[in-house]
Amino acid sequence: MLQVKDISYRYQHEIVLKGITFSVEKGELFGILGPNGSGKTTLLKLLSKELSPESGTILLNGKILSTYGQKEFARIVAVLPQTVETSFGYTVQEAVELGRYAHQSSLFPKWTDKDEKAVTEALQQVELWEKRDKGVDSLSGGERQRVYLARALAQNPEVLLLDEPTNHMDISQQMKLLNTLKRWTKEKKLTVIAIFHDINLASLYCDRVLLLHKGEMIGVNKPRHLVDEQTLQKVFQTSVKRQEHPTVPKPLITFLPNIEAFGEQRGDIRDKVTVKANDEMITIKTMQPFKVFSSALVGAGFQWATHFVNRHVPKDYRCDDACEEMKQYLRMHGFDIHRTIGMMTAVRLEDATYVYMKEEHFSLLTVVTAGVGNAVDISKAWEREMLVQGPGTINMMIFIDGHLTDAAYAQAMMTATEAKVKALFDEQIIDPETATPATGTSTDCIAIAATQKGHYFEYAGTITSIGKAIGRSVYEATRQALQKYKQRRREYQ
Amino acid sequence: MQKSFTQKFLNNSTVILYVIAFFIACFAILLGISIGSLSIPFSSIMEIFLHTLFGVPLDKEIPPNIVQVVMSIRLPRVVLAFLVGASLALAGAAFQGLLKNALADPYTLGVSSGASVGAVFVLFFGIQIPFIGKFTLPAVSIITGLCTLFLVLAFARAVERKMSIETIILTGIIFSAFFSSLISLMIALTGEELRQIISWLLGSVAMRSWDYTLMILPFFIIGSLLLLLNSRELNAFAFGETVAANLGVDVLRRKLMILIGASLLTGAAVAVSGTIGFVGLVVPHITRLVGGANHRRLLPLSLLYGGSFLVLADLLARTIISPRELPIGVITSLIGAPAFALLYFNRMKRKTG
Repeated sequence: MLQVKDISYRYQHEIVLKGITFSVEKGELFGILGPNGSGKTTLLKLLSKELSPESGTILLNGKILSTYGQKEFARIVAVLPQTVETSFGYTVQEAVELGRYAHQSSLFPKWTDKDEKAVTEALQQVELWEKRDKGVDSLSGGERQRVYLARALAQNPEVLLLDEPTNHMDISQQMKLLNTLKRWTKEKKLTVIAIFHDINLASLYCDRVLLLHKGEMIGVNKPRHLVDEQTLQKVFQTSVKRQEHPTVPKPLITFLPNIEAFGEQRGDIRDKVTVKANDEMITIKTMQPFKVFSSALVGAGFQWATHFVNRHVPKDYRCDDACEEMKQYLRMHGFDIHRTIGMMTAVRLEDATYVYMKEEHFSLLTVVTAGVGNAVDISKAWEREMLVQGPGTINMMIFIDGHLTDAAYAQAMMTATEAKVKALFDEQIIDPETATPATGTSTDCIAIAATQKGHYFEYAGTITSIGKAIGRSVYEATRQALQKYKQRRREYQ
Repeated sequence: MQKSFTQKFLNNSTVILYVIAFFIACFAILLGISIGSLSIPFSSIMEIFLHTLFGVPLDKEIPPNIVQVVMSIRLPRVVLAFLVGASLALAGAAFQGLLKNALADPYTLGVSSGASVGAVFVLFFGIQIPFIGKFTLPAVSIITGLCTLFLVLAFARAVERKMSIETIILTGIIFSAFFSSLISLMIALTGEELRQIISWLLGSVAMRSWDYTLMILPFFIIGSLLLLLNSRELNAFAFGETVAANLGVDVLRRKLMILIGASLLTGAAVAVSGTIGFVGLVVPHITRLVGGANHRRLLPLSLLYGGSFLVLADLLARTIISPRELPIGVITSLIGAPAFALLYFNRMKRKTG
């Protein structure tokens, strides 16, 4: 569709673009990314024939761009500039009708049914049909942008060039526009080339992205290949962090603010958390948010949290949507559910065990409640017909004063689990169904919380210093908790 | 169904706008012929027209000298006023559309002054270019007008690349002032042509025979056609030159056509009537309020309203302190300058507020 071969451009003495080469296929949504002054807009102006390259060639449908007549070109390529001077006194319809200019003859233009149809469709597509008789100047910024989009569509182009199309739009309008563009690239085989200033929007929607830096190409590729931390850090001169989008397989970039972290000094974990316990719940409150990796009912996955709640529920607690009920419960008790980790247990909360441990570089606190009414031997779990849901679960919360990587979080979880299994074994907990040693219960829950300050831990496996501490404290806490549980059972009997 | 209804309604409203403008123009022309030191009723004017055009026998009550007054004195004057007004309004509308500047008109851009210098120059030296004879004056004013326009635009561009409204107007004023001094210089040096130059300069459509009408007519037709054929391009230009190019407009060629068309109209109008200010500013503006900014309507309507406006202004000029006459430029400036001030005020208010 469009081939760009080694083009360069300069304004007076300053080289704005150098050696740009790429091609765009029909039906592609192609993004141009780069910081201010990287030459994005100049590149788009070269593609829209507004400027001509100093060297190199641009081919559209195999023909050199400069050999196109203005009208011939406008029938193939439509442009939506970043800002359009607003002109007073035109209605929406009149403004959109101008899009048909290239399709009409010069001397005796005749307004055909085809023209009428194109305008009507364009107006309907941008949802401005109802406002077609309104003055363009009476519309909001976002609506105006849609008027100009409709005008570009009325040109019936094969290629649509957009300069930061989502400028002046709120987030819902941005998504709507991009969803529409994406659909058109699929349905109508429209080719879209757009400048983006939002890396995440670009990587969400673009088939391929061209990354520019100081007039030079960093690369052209699928967003997931191009959007990596080092490249972006270099290009945008800010700290960035790449993550995965939670629902679509696309990268997500977050920027790291340069805020002085207060309370940087390493302290004791006991100074950073306060524990409050009664019959109804154990509440652990932290001074500053902890980064938590958990399987908790509320706040699962990675989350920053300041409150950790282990709630006591009756043995016959049954609820279809336990998560929603738990959220309501937390809200009712004045917790911010976006900053709270919520677990449930039927175990008496006074039997909870707290193990504190201090090492040279860090300290940690482990809180465990344990009940084993549902004890399961994982190696024999497949033999069980159905899961019998009785009361009894092991809830573990581990608070660490230190900085953990994602890998360290995952390893901490493994380490803690292994320690728990060993504790169950040494306490001779048996799976009642299979009569073999149990490895856990069917509803165990864990949360690893770290201050993300102080000592840096890349790993937390079983032979690292942090891993050893986790293993030991979890083992001890779980054993103590199990002993209390057994004691309680004996008392009942 | 609903669509075809609105379509019809829009078309109807356009037709109504044209019909109203046409009737206003006819009424202004008849009024212009009718009123004067000798009052002539509309019915007599119609009869005289029918008599002259189709040889319909004249009522005995209309004396031959009335026929003379209508056909040789008042009609040429009114027609000339109409053509001059139409030219200036059309040129103003085109300048405003092309430069996206509601304050642009032949007068504020300095085109009128430039054309005047050319005209005064011709009068001062009594030049007659061979072959074009009596067309020397309009030809020279058109060319000097066009040159002035390019000078003004080039200078404004050199001052500020984006050519803001204020810069263009200010540049126009600088050039106008310079040309006025050139004219004053020629007046100071002149002897016998003084009266001719002064009376021409004041701007008037009085005592002009059919010759003048015939002189302006070809320029008027070519200029108007150039502009009317570019009305869609003017609509595109209203959204900026880049947008126009993106829509498929051959920017350079179309821009040149529009500038030449508008300069033809201005130059020719100045050549036959002197500098008459503000018509090109006020008329398109009011027309825009009535019929919207779409140049396909704006241009023809401006033509009709501009003609009517100047016919009525001329009527006022010759009746207000009768039997003496005011120069017509005085009337248009008395109306136009405050209107200009108001427009400028509103514009800046909108910009800053």
